[in-house]
Amino acid sequence: MNLLEIQHRMLDAVMQPLTNDEQMQSHTRDGRSMHDVAAEFIKPNDRLSSFERLEIYNRQYWFRVLASLDEDFRGLRAIIGPRRFEALCKAYLIECPSESFTLRNLGSRLEWWLRSHPGHLQPRAGLALDMVRLEWAEIEAFDGAAEPALVPGDVLASDPDPRFRLQPYLQLLSFHYAVDDLLVAIRKDDSDSEMASNAVSERAKRAHLRKVARQKPQAIFLVVHRVDDSIYFKRIEPEAFKFLKALREGRSLSVAVMQAFEGRDIQENKLLATVQGWFENWSSLGWFCAPYSTDQDFISASGSQS
Amino acid sequence: MPANPFNGFTDFGVGIGLRVPHYRHILAEKPVVSWFEIISENYMIDGGRPLHVLDQILDSYRVVQHGVSMYFGSPEPPNREHLKKLKTLVKRTQTPWLTDHLCWGSVDGTYSHDLLPMPYTFEAARHTAQKIREVRDFLEIPIAVENVSSYAEFHVSEMTEWQFLTEVVELADCGILLDVNNIYVSSRNHNFNPLDYVNGVPPERVAQIHIAGHSKFEKYILDTHDHPVIDPVWELYSRAIERTGRTATLLEWDDKIPSFEEVHNEALKANQFVADMAVTS
Repeated sequence: MNLLEIQHRMLDAVMQPLTNDEQMQSHTRDGRSMHDVAAEFIKPNDRLSSFERLEIYNRQYWFRVLASLDEDFRGLRAIIGPRRFEALCKAYLIECPSESFTLRNLGSRLEWWLRSHPGHLQPRAGLALDMVRLEWAEIEAFDGAAEPALVPGDVLASDPDPRFRLQPYLQLLSFHYAVDDLLVAIRKDDSDSEMASNAVSERAKRAHLRKVARQKPQAIFLVVHRVDDSIYFKRIEPEAFKFLKALREGRSLSVAVMQAFEGRDIQENKLLATVQGWFENWSSLGWFCAPYSTDQDFISASGSQS
Repeated sequence: MPANPFNGFTDFGVGIGLRVPHYRHILAEKPVVSWFEIISENYMIDGGRPLHVLDQILDSYRVVQHGVSMYFGSPEPPNREHLKKLKTLVKRTQTPWLTDHLCWGSVDGTYSHDLLPMPYTFEAARHTAQKIREVRDFLEIPIAVENVSSYAEFHVSEMTEWQFLTEVVELADCGILLDVNNIYVSSRNHNFNPLDYVNGVPPERVAQIHIAGHSKFEKYILDTHDHPVIDPVWELYSRAIERTGRTATLLEWDDKIPSFEEVHNEALKANQFVADMAVTS
């Protein structure tokens, strides 16, 4: 058996799901005895069979990847419950094993996968999907790139219709449920549970969830952003959301304003005051990038910069 | 004078791994630490707190990069995007050398996120050495490979683990990150004398040494990095530096991480063995 054959066989076995009592399966996916498969390439020793030695890696794999998703998606876990969450994670990882060198990206396809497997989320699929999107956005916002922020001295005035660039780490999201409040509450419960008994904490969590489940859907527009390297959620008005989306898509200021207030009957001075207020607030949070230098503008315009 | 050709950094002394629970203490108290080892993958990102903290650490300390996902023994060629991100970090940290594991962990782009053991064959050694050379040529930095803890052995193996390690580093012309805790763990799991391992590696290629704690189960030992270093591992360390000379040494503590002082004090015990070596030599 050559190196590649060993690696294929071992990885297949290692990534095969564990039994309900966290042991290695007795048979492979194609029905072969796992004892036979293990014995073909792994030596036993005086304490462990080939199967048992392979099982150590099988268990380590699943403990590691499940712990990673558990850490990244505490909100989803709270909504659907720990047992269903574990089953969901296992099903997801079987179909979408890691394709990245870093565990940070393990949940990158979870929302996409859940959209074609909504049964895992019923009867709260809408709420759960909103939560997954929020939790993934947090991961992206946490270590996304930041560029130097626009400061009052930066000259954009020479352009009558400038294009403002948003910080790459900024995440713009619209939701059907108030998952931002729910996630904060779940985290508080988790934090409190370190000081209280499990029973008390579980009761508090369930009470929160019942409260949220009773809530009617509501449109929420949210920016996930960073201040001093910490993540914050900021709700914004629908017009502000449309405006930021337009800027992110590269629209000019005038087009962004038009898109934001499309269909709204609003006086010009009120519109100007609103947009000015947004800029003051968002600039103070560092949401806008400084303009490219002339050289960068040239490179960007010529298409040489990726 | 460097102790050997692959270790020009004998002044590095004893360092510890940079870990999140210690960030606040380190930045506030600026404790005297010879150097920090970082897990490269934790900082191969575009921005945010980890890089901000790293930059502050780099202002005051020397940092060496240690990777967990290069998978020199995996069948696919090195991932170019991975290498580019790694090189960006190398430029940021100015790490004098870079380490990763002598193992595999992915096939056809599917990742296990584990350090899986190599079959000790000449075919595997040639393949692995070639990949180490490619990575080194791209990164333009010295590389040292670390022996991993293992829980399985393969029928096809044609040599001992230390012979395999030697074969790989000779073919790749690279250094060794000798993990004496991993040697101890594997020796118990595979019934060999750990001193044979320490005595069997080419000392002139040892660029760095790892020490750590582990967890003992009924039928095997698991490399958990969640305990102090036990005496038999210190004895292996003593023998290792007797052969290699003064060598950059790093304590790994990755789970159930105690206070900074406790971790640092545990690491500094290594200095006693260095002092003993100086007295007896």
